[in-house]
Amino acid sequence: MSALTSTLPVPAGDVPVGKKRPIEGSRGARLGLRAVALAYLALLVLGPVVLMTLSTFAEGIAPVVEALTTPAFTHALWLTFLMVAVAVPLNTVFGVACALVVVRHEFRGKGLVDALLTLPLGVSPVVVGLALIILYSPLGGWFGPWLREQGIMVIFAPPGMILATVFVSLPFVAREVIPVLREIGTDQEQAARILGASGWQTFWLVTLPAIRVGVAYGVVLTTARALGEYGAVAIVSGKLAGRTETLTLHVEERWLGFDPVAAYATSVVLALMAVLVLVLMRRLEPKEIGDSG
Amino acid sequence: MGIVVRNVGKRFGAYTALEDVSIEVPDGSLTALLGPSGSGKSTLLRIVAGLETPDRGSVLIEGRDATNLPPQERGVGFVFQHYAAFKHMTVRDNVGFGLRIRKAPKAQVRTRVDELLGLVQLDGLAERYPSQLSGGQRQRMALARALAVEPRVLLLDEPFGALDARVREELRDWLRRLHEQVHVTTVLVTHDQEEAMEVSSRIVVMNHARVEQVGAPADLYERPASDFVMGFVGKVNRLPGAYIRPHEVRICDPREPGCEAAEVERLLALGFETRVELRRRRDGQRLWAQLAPDELARLGLEPGQEVGIDLARARRIGDEALLAGTAA
Repeated sequence: MSALTSTLPVPAGDVPVGKKRPIEGSRGARLGLRAVALAYLALLVLGPVVLMTLSTFAEGIAPVVEALTTPAFTHALWLTFLMVAVAVPLNTVFGVACALVVVRHEFRGKGLVDALLTLPLGVSPVVVGLALIILYSPLGGWFGPWLREQGIMVIFAPPGMILATVFVSLPFVAREVIPVLREIGTDQEQAARILGASGWQTFWLVTLPAIRVGVAYGVVLTTARALGEYGAVAIVSGKLAGRTETLTLHVEERWLGFDPVAAYATSVVLALMAVLVLVLMRRLEPKEIGDSG
Repeated sequence: MGIVVRNVGKRFGAYTALEDVSIEVPDGSLTALLGPSGSGKSTLLRIVAGLETPDRGSVLIEGRDATNLPPQERGVGFVFQHYAAFKHMTVRDNVGFGLRIRKAPKAQVRTRVDELLGLVQLDGLAERYPSQLSGGQRQRMALARALAVEPRVLLLDEPFGALDARVREELRDWLRRLHEQVHVTTVLVTHDQEEAMEVSSRIVVMNHARVEQVGAPADLYERPASDFVMGFVGKVNRLPGAYIRPHEVRICDPREPGCEAAEVERLLALGFETRVELRRRRDGQRLWAQLAPDELARLGLEPGQEVGIDLARARRIGDEALLAGTAA
């Protein structure tokens, strides 16, 4: 295999396929569909967000600045970051691992794993919060009293809130990655192994790049859920302002405390964070290189 | 011997994919594993590659027992039916993958990849992504990727199966000439007997998890060892107790001695050949003859016409050659 100079003719009649044109309906039908979709979005998403933003600045910028500089707000912001910083990496790593297990391995009880991965989507967050209290309450929970003796507070403290957030945001990465893994199949991974790659190299160089769009969307959804979680966190946190309040809890607390500007302003901050995450993920998405097999 | 497979068996649950299969692939040969789908040919190839583990038996690659080696230590190159291109990598990175894994110096990878892209005629496409290539180009890229690590044996699993007819034919031709240049022991899995006969110098015919016959393309055609090989390799007319290849049916004058009366039912012009569908007067037996276009013109056949057929070259089922295969 040394003399690789070749003069074999190039097979002709084998050209790359062009872009496919979408199937088009009548012009009226297309415009109608577009109008319905946009109106629906405007009414339910855009309208409330715009109104909320307007209400925030109704009395000018000064009360907004004041609301966003109180210790309670900054602590809530920090705590929310903490939730995201723990839940997102944890659920990303375990989500990808679970997806690999479910798609690439055959074992008894695989259906159960699959079901458990979906469970947090179906269970009401309130139930999750109560379950955590049953387990970890310092007053008669299963592990609570023992943990309290070790000086660890779970309920009415950040550890419990983190547990609740991790639980409710657990399925997203796995659920996004599982169909992508099924779709790409095992050919690429097998090709990499035959070419000499170890299992770990195959994962980093072949599998992960192939599923990265799925992972990215999973991370967006996980982050959004971790940012916005209310029910489960509300139950386990005890809602102590400046101590166990996340941004969502802070919104509620300010609203009930007759401080609508602070509630609006915090809501806008939450919305902006969600937008920021989306934009960042769009950035990470691969450039358009087509998807044909 | 390039590859030796000894008494390999493989089951998937209740399904037997391979039943005590033994084959030998000579060094530097291009051997085809030919059989219908479900015959076990792909499973056998994947066992040689280490992608499946046999339940019993052993695999030797260049004299070394590879039965328990993982795929990456077998020194094999593998080309998949659906290319298995790394979609997020350029053509250059795809082809250089195996070399980069082996930590070859960058400059060396570059030179080698350029060489290989020349060999598979993809020069100038190095910076494209697989999605920007045609099917044939992708498969040539996959071939270059497999050859990059200088495998001891090259395994091709229905490499042209996903391509359309014309490209497939061109690539066959091209593969044969590539093999003359590169001389790596190659095993090609295919269900297409024409492809097997055109590309390879040796064919292993498989059916129902077993090897039916091994031989050169002409051997299989002229001396099929079993009823199955006879029907699978080349076209055949089955007569009561005998068979005859369509090109062996001679059209003659019905009054000529040795000729039987028959009626032309239909003429099928396929360009390079014409099929003459016939019906024997004596017993209504249907068969067809293969004629070259000029022969047809000379005979001036038309549907409904009365002709003679000479079946002197028909072989009896149960001839020596047939018995040899069915006894196994």
